[in-house]
Amino acid sequence: MLIRTPAPHEPLPSDITPRSAYLNRREALAGLGLAAASPLALAQAAPGGGKLAKLPGARSAVAGALVMDKLTSYADASSYNNFYEFGTDKADPAAHAHTLKARPWTVSVEGECAKPGRFDLDALLKLSAMEERIYRLRCVEGWSMVIPWVGYSLAELLKKAEPTSKAKYVEFTSLADKSQMPGVRSGVLDWPYIEGLRIDEAMHPLAMLVFGMYGEVLPNQNGAPLRLAVPWKYGFKSAKSIVRIRFVEKEPLSSWTKAAQQEYGFYSNVNPNVSHPRWSQASERRIGEDGLFAKKRPTLMFNGYEAQVGQLYAGMDLKKNY
Amino acid sequence: MKRLLTTALLSRAAKPVLFLVCLLPLAWLVYAAATRQLGANPAEALIRRLGDWTLRGLWLTLAITPLRELAGLAALARFRRMLGVFTFTYASLHLLAYGWLDMGLDFGDIAVDIAKRPFILMGFTAWLLMAPLAATSFNKAIKALGAKRWQALHKAVYAVSVITLLHFIWMRAGKHNFAEPTVYGVILTVLLGWRLWKRASAKRVRLG
Repeated sequence: MLIRTPAPHEPLPSDITPRSAYLNRREALAGLGLAAASPLALAQAAPGGGKLAKLPGARSAVAGALVMDKLTSYADASSYNNFYEFGTDKADPAAHAHTLKARPWTVSVEGECAKPGRFDLDALLKLSAMEERIYRLRCVEGWSMVIPWVGYSLAELLKKAEPTSKAKYVEFTSLADKSQMPGVRSGVLDWPYIEGLRIDEAMHPLAMLVFGMYGEVLPNQNGAPLRLAVPWKYGFKSAKSIVRIRFVEKEPLSSWTKAAQQEYGFYSNVNPNVSHPRWSQASERRIGEDGLFAKKRPTLMFNGYEAQVGQLYAGMDLKKNY
Repeated sequence: MKRLLTTALLSRAAKPVLFLVCLLPLAWLVYAAATRQLGANPAEALIRRLGDWTLRGLWLTLAITPLRELAGLAALARFRRMLGVFTFTYASLHLLAYGWLDMGLDFGDIAVDIAKRPFILMGFTAWLLMAPLAATSFNKAIKALGAKRWQALHKAVYAVSVITLLHFIWMRAGKHNFAEPTVYGVILTVLLGWRLWKRASAKRVRLG
């Protein structure tokens, strides 16, 4: 019999609060009239929280998919976002993303694969069983959150397209529609937003295709109707509102690399030992949890997913391949 | 109208009222922080808003002299010192909030950060240059220095304003977001341009 020893950052299955339990606790608190005093209850009362269509997911069995960290409140996770298609201020997406039409939506899967095709959102929602995964999200700017995403491994979709041996990388394109996205009128980035992963990164079970969070469909400002969550990389690697997935032979040029190559490399793995040229990445502020006067917490190698993804980069110089 | 304004500006209540008005942004920020109204990242919000109020205070201080002359309201001069000292207060709180809330008062980290980020170096320089101005803002200091030397020293405020604007532009450069720095830049150009124009025309008169 195989006895598994959990990695340092991997929680014991028994340590994880089932979703039904934490929701029950929130309801119980609200029932006690503690709504105003409880941050959890505040999150539930926030616009959107509990108001979007339900999208439940079963607890994921993927190794490392359920971290033990305390969840960021829904209010914070849906009001403090970087989504430049709606403006560069972190309050902009929540203020402007209501113009995004997340339905109907199709995603084109193309490039070096045997079975390219166009997938309707409803087909994607049914393509694999929905899982809930609790991931850390570390922004390159030095802050972090803990978010319960709903979706499944990106590999489930990629495998359906049967990538060929030429498919060395996967390129993701986000929607860039001026009529729905006011930020696209500005020249901050070269639109559309492009991101990419190496094929083995994209096929890693932790690389997630996300349709929801906190048991509901994604709010527009978080990248509705579907986005990536690649938890061991800085947040900008997780493309939002994806319209095209393309298998390619050459390393894709992602939007941030194009904008500032010295600052944002293709890999952009969370790494406390490699500073951004303009600031240190050694520590981070956990949104909503660390008090105003608390010292920032140390950033973990690969955002704490080293046990799961470290082997993908074996032998690579991570200072060079930042 | 002008006489009414002058009477109001010269009234005994004017300075205490301005004092309270200058405290309002700080009071609001403290209240907002205590009642969790500063959003998901209150530390960042506090640092940035204290910086915003420093900019506004500095620009207002620099607007006193042009306004006084253009509107013929000599009484405005009474308020310049208080605005200047409040600007320095907000600048100091801005610096303290950065050092404490962002850097955890770790002076090693702060030194590294100042070296790594030119815009932080700019902000710190502006604060350093402002400190002697605040320290010599008392009547006794003016007497001790002599009016001429005091005036020469306080011309440093022009350098402070330009460095402060650079600090703001550089900070926003990371996101290519120059809308607000442009507004502040245009206003500062008017404020400093008016002074240059005055000097140039005064020279012309003397030469003529």
